[in-house]
Order: sequence, then C-alpha cells, then structure tokens
Amino acid sequence: MMITANITQESGASLPLDGEVDTRHGPILYLEDVSVSFDGFRALNHLSLYIDDGELRCLIGPNGAGKTTLMDVITGKTRPDTGEVFFGQTIDLLKMDEPAIAQAGICRKFQKPSVFDALTVFENLELALKTDKRTWPTLFSKLNGEQCERIQEVMLLIGLAGLKNQLAGILSHGQKQWLEIGMLLMQEPKVMLVDEPIAGMTHQEVERTAELLLSLQGRHSIVVVEHDMEFVRSIARKVTVLHEGSVLTEGSMDEVQNDPRVIQVYLGG
Amino acid sequence: MNFLKQDKTYASVLMALAAVTLIIPFCNLITSADSPLHFSAYSVSLIGKYLCFALLGLSLDMVWGYAGILVLGQGAFFALGGYAMGMYLMRQIGTRGVYGNPELPDFMVFLNWSELPWYWYGFENFGFAMLMVFLAPGILAFVFGWLAFRSRVTGVYLSIITQALTYALLLAFFRNEMGFGGNNGLTDFKDILGFNIQSEAVRSMMLLLTGSSLIGALLLCRWIVGSKLGRVVTAIRDQESRVRFLGYRVELFKLWVFVFAAMLAGLAGALYVPQVGIINPSEFSPLNSLEIVIWVAVGGRGTLYGAIIGAVLVNYAKTVLTGLMPDAWLFCLGGAFILVTLLLPDGIVGLLHRRIKPNLTLNASGEQPA
Amino acid sequence: MTTNHFENDLKTLPISEPVAGSLRRNGAVFKSLLPQTWATLWLMFFLAFCVNAAAQETADTLPQPLEQLRIGSMAEREQAIEQLGEDGRNLKLLQALQDGQLMDWKADSRLVIASESAKGYNLRDPFDGKAVLADVERDAVGKLNLTNKLRSVLRKAVGGLQLNADSADMRLEAVKAIAKDADDKALQMLRKRLEKERDAAVLAAIQEALWLQDINSDDKPARLAAIEALKNINNQSAYNRLRELAEPDAVADPEVAAQAKAAVKKIESRLQNYAAIETVFFGLSLGAVLVLASIGLAITFGVMGVINMAHGELMMLGAYTTYVMQQLLPNYLGTALILSIPMAFLVAALVGVAIERGIIRFLYGRPLETLLATFGVSLFLQQSVRSIFSPLNRSVSTPDWMSGSWQINDFLSLTWNRFYILVFCLLVFTALLQILKRTKLGLEVRAVAQNRGMAKAMGIPTARVDAMTFGLGSGIAGVAGVALSQITNVGPNLGQAYIVDSFMVVVFGGVGNLFGTLVAGFSLGIANKFLEPYAGAVLAKILVLVFIILFIQKKPRGLFPQKGRAADG
Repeated sequence: MMITANITQESGASLPLDGEVDTRHGPILYLEDVSVSFDGFRALNHLSLYIDDGELRCLIGPNGAGKTTLMDVITGKTRPDTGEVFFGQTIDLLKMDEPAIAQAGICRKFQKPSVFDALTVFENLELALKTDKRTWPTLFSKLNGEQCERIQEVMLLIGLAGLKNQLAGILSHGQKQWLEIGMLLMQEPKVMLVDEPIAGMTHQEVERTAELLLSLQGRHSIVVVEHDMEFVRSIARKVTVLHEGSVLTEGSMDEVQNDPRVIQVYLGG
Repeated sequence: MNFLKQDKTYASVLMALAAVTLIIPFCNLITSADSPLHFSAYSVSLIGKYLCFALLGLSLDMVWGYAGILVLGQGAFFALGGYAMGMYLMRQIGTRGVYGNPELPDFMVFLNWSELPWYWYGFENFGFAMLMVFLAPGILAFVFGWLAFRSRVTGVYLSIITQALTYALLLAFFRNEMGFGGNNGLTDFKDILGFNIQSEAVRSMMLLLTGSSLIGALLLCRWIVGSKLGRVVTAIRDQESRVRFLGYRVELFKLWVFVFAAMLAGLAGALYVPQVGIINPSEFSPLNSLEIVIWVAVGGRGTLYGAIIGAVLVNYAKTVLTGLMPDAWLFCLGGAFILVTLLLPDGIVGLLHRRIKPNLTLNASGEQPA
Repeated sequence: MTTNHFENDLKTLPISEPVAGSLRRNGAVFKSLLPQTWATLWLMFFLAFCVNAAAQETADTLPQPLEQLRIGSMAEREQAIEQLGEDGRNLKLLQALQDGQLMDWKADSRLVIASESAKGYNLRDPFDGKAVLADVERDAVGKLNLTNKLRSVLRKAVGGLQLNADSADMRLEAVKAIAKDADDKALQMLRKRLEKERDAAVLAAIQEALWLQDINSDDKPARLAAIEALKNINNQSAYNRLRELAEPDAVADPEVAAQAKAAVKKIESRLQNYAAIETVFFGLSLGAVLVLASIGLAITFGVMGVINMAHGELMMLGAYTTYVMQQLLPNYLGTALILSIPMAFLVAALVGVAIERGIIRFLYGRPLETLLATFGVSLFLQQSVRSIFSPLNRSVSTPDWMSGSWQINDFLSLTWNRFYILVFCLLVFTALLQILKRTKLGLEVRAVAQNRGMAKAMGIPTARVDAMTFGLGSGIAGVAGVALSQITNVGPNLGQAYIVDSFMVVVFGGVGNLFGTLVAGFSLGIANKFLEPYAGAVLAKILVLVFIILFIQKKPRGLFPQKGRAADG
C-alpha cells in the first residue's frame, strides 16, 4: 500500500505510531460499545460500528442521533465515557489527540465548511498538504515540484484551478465545500469523514460531488453523513442508521428504507 | 523581498526607519553641538525610546495580529529583558556606587546583604547578560505558554491570565527581598562595554543599534509571517480547531510565536534601558501592557509596520500631550481605545489601505469570529 | 455659684469702666483686680466655703483625710485614700484622683475637681462633681502627685467602692480593676462580694480573680483546683500566670508544675483555634470584598459574556458616591452611608447602561474588542474622577456603629466593619440571586444568555434586556464600592486594584455560575489570609495569583464549569 508507506516515511518522529495501519484482519475503523454523555444527555449509547478498508459508508439518522458526536469521538475532539475506538488493529485512537489522529490518516470535513478565509485557495491546500507538520520544519518549508503538482492536481479535481490566488473567504458556499474536500485529499488520508458534503450545492455540484466521492472509494475509506436521501442513494453501497446514539440498523439503501423501525423513527418518531 | 514591491507602505516604513537610524547618528557625528543639524541628547534618546516601543509593538503584533492571542502582559517580557540589561549595567558600576562596594549594587548594601544572590552571577559578563535578555522572557513565555496553550486556554481567558501574570510580577518586583532593587529598580548606570553611557557617542550608537534591530526584526517578522508557519498561525487565529484536524499541533505553533514575540519584547527592553537610564517595576504594570495593545490597534494589527507606525504616533502624542496638558493624556488614551475599536478596527494602516486599494482588507483585518 | 455671679457683683463695684469691661469679657481675671475687688472676692470665697461646708455637714465627712491627701506625706496620703475608700460617697472624688482631675486649689487650700476649660480649669465640688466653684487659670491649682503604690491603693479603693455599686457593669469593671494587682485585702473584698453577688458575669469575674490568686497560694489543693479551673478560661492574665508557672523551675512542686504545663498546653491549643477562627474571619471578610467586587462582573462577564474592564471604575464611582453623600449630610454619617447604597447603585447602573448603549452593543460577539473599548472607558472614568475630585485619596468616615470590634473574649475579637461587610455581601448575593430567579427581568436575562436568537424570536426585547443586565451588574459594582469605601482608601485607583482580582474570582469559580463566584471569592480570601502569616501579604497575593493561573490552565472552565454541549462549542 503506497499511502501507508508514505506515512511511515514522512512523518516518522512526530507520529506516535510506528508501522502500518494494520487492516489485515478486517475493519480499518473499529468502534466498540462507545458511550458519550453531556450533562446527563446520552449522545452516544453503547454504539458499535465497523468500517472496512476502502469502503464508502453512509450514516443517516434524525437530528440528535449522534452522527456529529460520533465523528468527534473518532477524530479525538470528544473523549467517550466508555468504549474502545481503534484505527486498524493496533492503533488506539483514544490515546491520541486531534493532530496525532489527523497525522495517522483520519481526516475530517466539517458540517459547516471550515476553510481559512484569510488565506488563498492555494494556501489552504498547501496547509493541508501531507508533510512534516512540526514547527521548525514548517517555518523553513518550501514546496517542491512534486508537491506543487499535487496541489495543482487537486485544484483541478475540485474545479478551483482558476481561483488559485483568490482568498477562500470570497468563495461560494459550494466552492468552500469543495475546497474542504480538496484539503481532505491533500492530506492523503486512510479514512475520510465527510459531514454533510452537499449542503448549499447546486444540482450539478451535487452530481459532481457524488462522482468525486465514488471515484475516491477503494483508495480511501469514506464515511459520509448526509441528510439528503437522494444523494445517499446515489453513492451508498451500505448505509448505517443511527438513532438515539446507537446503531438502529445497517444494510443497503433499499433494505434500510424498508426497515419498519427506520420508518418508525423517521416518520412516527 | 517580493513583498516590498507588492506593498509600497512596507517600503516607505523601512526607508523611513533606515533614514532615522542612519541620519541622526551621522549628523551628530559630523556636526558640533551648536549646529542646527545637531540633535540634542534629549531628542536622540526620545527617538531611541520610540524605536524601542516600536519593536515592542512589533512583538505584540506577531502574537496578537497574526496568532490572535491578545497578550495583556507583553510589557512583562519587555521588563524582563530590561532587567537583564539593567543587571549587567549595575554590575558595571563597580566601586563607583555610593557605598563603593565592588561586588554589591548600592541597594543590596543598603539592605545589609552580605553577598550577591546567585541569580546575579554572570551578569558582569556582557555576553551572558545578552543571552539572558532573550532567555529570561523566553523561558517565562515558554513555561507560561506551554501550560496555557496545552490546556487550550484561549480568548479572553488567556488575555486575563496574561494580565494576572504581569500583575503578579509587578507585585513581586516591588519586593525588596526579590533582589532587583524593589521600588526604585535599577538605575544610576555608568558604563556600557566600557563606554560612558551618558556620552553622546554612546547615545548615537544606541540609536543606531535600536534602529537596525528594529529593521532587522521587521524583516525577520515579515519573513516568518510569509512562511508556511506564518500561514499556519494565521489559520490558527481564524479557525483553531480546524488546524488541529489538519494534523498541526496548534499549541506548539502558538507557543513558538509567543516565545518568539517574548524574546523580541525582551530585546526591546534591553535596548530601552541604557537609553532611559532606569528600569523599575512600574514597567510590569498592567496599564503599560495595555498601552502596547493600543499602539498596535491604532496602527493596525496584522500588518507589522502598522504596529511600528502606531507605537511611534501614540508615543509622540503622549510626549506632546503630557507636556501640554497632563490631565488630558488619559482622556486621549481612553478615547483612542474606544474610537479605534468602534470605528477603526483596522487602524490607521487599514484606513490608508481602504483609500488606496479598496479590495485588500481581509488579510489585514484579522477579526476573530465570535 | 457660677462665674456669672462674680460678674454681676463686679458690675456694682466702683471700678473704672475699661477694667470692668475687660472683666466681663474675660470672666474673673484675678491679676488685674483692684484692692477692693480682692476684698469682695475673699468674701465670696468665704461664703462659698460656708455653703459647701453646710452642704457637707450632712455628708459626715471628716476634713481630716482630705487635708492629709492634699498636703500629707505619701504614707499619710495612702492612709487617707484607704480611709476615704470606706465610704461610697467618696467614689467621685477618688475617681477624680485616679484620673488626675483632683487638684489642690491654692487660693482656697482645698481639694476640688478640675476639668479643662478655655481659660484654665473649671473647678467643681469634689464630692458631687457638679456644683461649679470657679473658673481659674492653670497655675491657680496644683496637681496631686501619685506614686505607683498610691495608684494601686487608689485602684483598690475605687474598686472596693464600685464593687458594691448598683450597676452590674460597674461592678464588673471594679472586679477587673481590683484583680489587676490583688492583695489580701482586695481578695477579702472579692470574697465578701462573691457571697452577695447575683449577676453571672460579675460572679465569673470574681471567681476568675480569686483563682488567679489561688494559683500562687500555699494551699496545694486550692492551687491545683485553681489551675484546673483557669485552663478553661480565656483570660490573658491567667494565661500569662500559668505560663510563668509552667516555666522550668518556677515551682518546686512537680504536680503543680505538671498541671500548669498541661493547662498552658490546653489554653494554647485553644488559642490556635481562636487564631484559626480569626484567620477564617479575616479570610471571609476579604472574600466578601472579593465576592462583592466580582459578583457584578459575574453577571456582565458570566451571563452576558461581556468583558467589562471598567468594572473596577464602576466600583470607584460607588465609593465616590458614598463620599459625596457624606459631604452632603456631614452630621448624619450613618444615614448617609445607608442612603449611599441605593444612590451608588443608581449612579453606577446609569453609567453602566450608558456604556452598554454607547459602546458595548456594537461589539457583541467580539470579546477582545469589548475588552479594549471598556478599558478605554475605565481610563476615561479614572481621569474624570481625578479631574473632578483630585488625584488624592478622599476619606470616607465610618459611622460609630460600624467601628470598634466585637470582643468575644481576651483572645478573640472581630472588627465590626468587616463583620458588616460580610453580612452585606451575603445580602447582596441573595438579593441578586432572587432577582435572577424570581423576576421577569431575571427570566429574560437567563433566556438571552442561553439563546439570544431564540429569545429574540419569542419577543423578548434583547437590546433592552442587555442594557438592563449590564445596568444590574454595574449597579452591583457601585454597591460594592460603598462597601469598599469603608475598608480602603477612596481614590481614582481604587478600581484598578480590584479588577485583576475580581476577574480571577469569576474565572476561578466558573464563568456563568454565581455560586461558583461566591465559593471562589471566599476560598481565595481565606487562602490569602492563611498564607499571609507565612509568606507576607504581597507574596501571599502572588502565590494566590500563580495558583489561579495554574488552576485555570488545568481546569479552564473553573471550579464549577457549565456543562453540556453548549459549553463545548
């Protein structure tokens, strides 16, 4: 695996792990019996979830089902009260903080597009670029030809090549969403967590996003949280329904949509 | 040096600094005291003082303007650098003090101390003292920043504890037992590197040194800000948590900038002390640190040269006003705080830019989102 | 018999007008009197003496002891005092002697009570102390010198007389006076009184005095009993005496020495407790000041999220309001102080609302800018006060009922002003809590604090609520200023001294939590006072600051953090 090899080569010392993400024995992301509560409110309730290597998984569920909290737990933003979260077989994510998890290869796109408004499109991508992210190397860093090409490539992919030197702050909502997906790609992640990627996009943009995500699966494991069922249907092989902090059901879109419990939750709840 | 072509203001500020730095000492060197081109000792040290403040303002702009950390205790680092220099100058007095003690400064003799406290060791050596000018504020900033940033203290909380930090230091340095001269601080300096500190040549040299340090620091800061680290820091200012998810250790970047700025402030303090001839605990007072903030705010934060312009302008206004109407100064300072925050969030530089290039605002504003 | 009589008589005398005029102006001026006047005066004195003598014939007092006292030797004087001490009617005279007011009227060769007057001394009858005899110049009377021995005798004599007074307070005084250096005779008096005494306090005092004597008695059981009894009593001289006994080799009897040592130990452990109580009290009162200073901030910062750097200056305004009120009502300091509370609230609240409407409302959501702008306001207010009042500190008086201290026993006394501030702090806190919990404004404030947009959507006038909330917080700062005016100097820098502290308290307690502020204020106050004996005031303060700085880094949300998802964002 080329990407895993890159991790070991480039970020050696600053990474808390040595060696590859071990996915020989099954899932790349492994959540077991995870619970999180805020002041009495259980956001996640003994949730267990397994994401396979290279899989594109969609997470759906009504508001408050715990989708965003789940992402917070995986990326280290929120510490669960109980449970285990593993990246591959060997990497315990609960022992790592956000930057370490990000460097290990789990990257995230936020619900609200989070790009750096005061920086240009190019600079946004440059910051995301997978490279040595310690302070002194960052101070003296210079882009080499290969890295520039990589940025160029991603800009083309997300359709922002013409806006290279524009400040990200003046982009449209949809463009910001893409820029953020582009930043995700720059990090060459093993796992991409994508929270509501198509909010604010036009119909064409939605289609292109679906294409993009589909083209990425296999190379990356992707978890998409989305409300738009149409979109989910267009990309998902396997769908997980969350409800009140636990997994309600899992399966193909058709299976899920016909599950009486799901119908109950979405319509009768 | 591409930025000089892109931004004319940079070029003009640098030119002006270079001119002041070179012309004044040069004039004083070639003209006699009664020549109209001759600058008086007073004005030379006054200008020197302004340049030190400009350097201090610059240091605050690095942390506040770029990293978004509003430090209300930047004066503490300035004072620490100043004390390090003051300690060297004290040790140079030797037997020429009032009590003539070759080892102990006057105030220690006066307190009946029998020997030099250990933390005064080595300060007779200029090199060591210069090292401490950077290390003392640097280490304080490192320890404080490491604790603060690691536990993710941000925003106003951080501002307030930096203020508490300088306040605690103020109280501490007021104590005679601390061994830094208590209330009176360190003063009555005689020599620097063997030259009479009062002499005109030394004053001119100090000005030259301060000016070139400022120019050097401005260029260095500009380079840092233009580096990838600068962009990471700007990104942290605007969306701290997002940067974390990109794999950067946000606390280390903040710490880097914070320590760098503290050292810069220390340098400013060290240059300041020989020119004004005294360092005392009042430099630690929270009000002093807040004044630095207003220099940067008036000049325009997040531009570097704005801090320099602000520091010089505000301090010039202070000199003029406290001379004319002492009572009016605080009214003006208070008014400046209010007006700048309400009406001129980008400071004077922002005003200039709005006139000249209506488009360029985002990079300079550095507004923290709510 | 007053000076007016003299003047009236003088008018009838054939003396020149200027002299008479001057006499009338000055009262009786003996030096410039003409021979005839002298004669008249002698006559007057004689008459006066007769009148007095007539009045005292019933008093059945021998002139003998008085004369002895006046001109006798020291031994004779002692005898005279003892003699006088046997009759209760001589109490005034003896007390006057004790206070140095009993003097020898040279012209009349007799003792009188003299009190200072404009001219010299006002002489009065030595027995009742009321009837005025004359107003004379200073050298017309001679002071009576007392030796230490005489003083002690005198003290006992007075004590002996007072011991049988009607007022229980006076008896208590007397017991204390006698106990100071009691001899056998005094003890006898006390023992006698013990049998008759009914008042519990006096009884206890007599008992204490007797035990104090028994400590040194040769009667071993009595001695041991006295030590046993005294160890439970909070009496400075008992403690001193026991400590003397506990010194090595002070007493021969090992049993007595051991018991004395145990008693001292017991008292000392109690003393430590008292010292701790006192420290806690000082800590609580300092805490009360901190809570008062920060509670307004807890509203503006904690509830509204507004950093108000001018908060300290609002307190300063409150303190100056007190000063102005006292200037307006110079004769009613207490009333002025009470009236200052609502006035200070009003003044500070109005200024607060002006700040909110004029500046802060444009800066919501930009905390750092708010901080800077309000700092500007604080400079403005400081300089205004400096220009209006003067840069110097103004003194605010403390009304009588607030000064002094509450003497619980010899080892423990609590000052009233700190006590009142503690109570005041709790009152203000409770009032504030009630306002937030029970009133419509409180409900609206909490609603706006939790979700501004939603509150607005429900028709709550958020702008008005903001102004009111800020006004409330500011008003409380003003009220805190009134309290501060009682314990610290009122000057333009008053606010600055408290601003860092009060922010520390709010942050330490947990932003948005009023109870947190209360607990934090008190615990910081107490911590400060406990550190002070070891580290000194300044270092204690530094240590507390450093502690808070470290604490905030460990728990950025304070002691009592707000929980929930909202707090997480």
